[in-house]
Amino acid sequence: MSGSWTGKVRRATLEKYQPEDLLPEEQPAYVASWIYIFGVATIAALVMLIASGLVLTLQGPSWWHTSSVGHYVNSVHLWSVELFFIFMVVHLWGKFWMAAWRGRRLATWITGVIAFMASIITAFTGYLIQTNFDSQWIASEAKDGFNSIGVGAFFNALNTGQAILLHVSLLPLALGIIVVWHIILVRKKGVVPPIDNDATIEGGS
Amino acid sequence: MQLAIINLNHPAHYISFGPFAISVGNLVVILAMTVLFLLALFIPFPHSHSGKQAKK
Repeated sequence: MSGSWTGKVRRATLEKYQPEDLLPEEQPAYVASWIYIFGVATIAALVMLIASGLVLTLQGPSWWHTSSVGHYVNSVHLWSVELFFIFMVVHLWGKFWMAAWRGRRLATWITGVIAFMASIITAFTGYLIQTNFDSQWIASEAKDGFNSIGVGAFFNALNTGQAILLHVSLLPLALGIIVVWHIILVRKKGVVPPIDNDATIEGGS
Repeated sequence: MQLAIINLNHPAHYISFGPFAISVGNLVVILAMTVLFLLALFIPFPHSHSGKQAKK
């Protein structure tokens, strides 16, 4: 066994994250409920968001004003984000009422909370780059809000270029990392059992 | 300009209850999420046709 860092990382990763846990073929019986669907529905909406967003980045933020194809792709992006938030909120309610942080799953809960907040910020920057009167109004109102809490020097809502770059690069990257981390934790710890389930399974370390 | 099913080209409609006010659009979304949540709790989940038992 060599002492190379690649070998150490591989062994540590395989020890901590078993392939059988990350890509399981079966789930506990209690998962057979519609309330457990909304996490993966949120991911499905996120995939549609990213796919339609990638197409929109090829043509720029004004494309949808002048092209029927652009309008269609923009509408796919809009309705994907509507469904993304609807599914995520129902997922949040479901997990809150089943106290999904039980069984050493606090990190799973926290990463979900951070993903929710990062999604709100990402959606906000999306509203800023509609390049219409709506985005103008939102930007001018938000500018006052940011200045009132003292962050106007770091984030200028009237700077459309900054909003575009945040929306298509930094924020999706951050959100993507948090979501992947959240999913890995769900797989590693297992889906939280119902509160009245006698066979409450600890989610491991 | 393409015709929309719902004309959104006007100021939002608001519903007020004393000091509280909410736009009709936001209220519709919140009600839809609540209905979806309740349906998810009460509608039975279809069982697998493969006959394979889920892990207990």
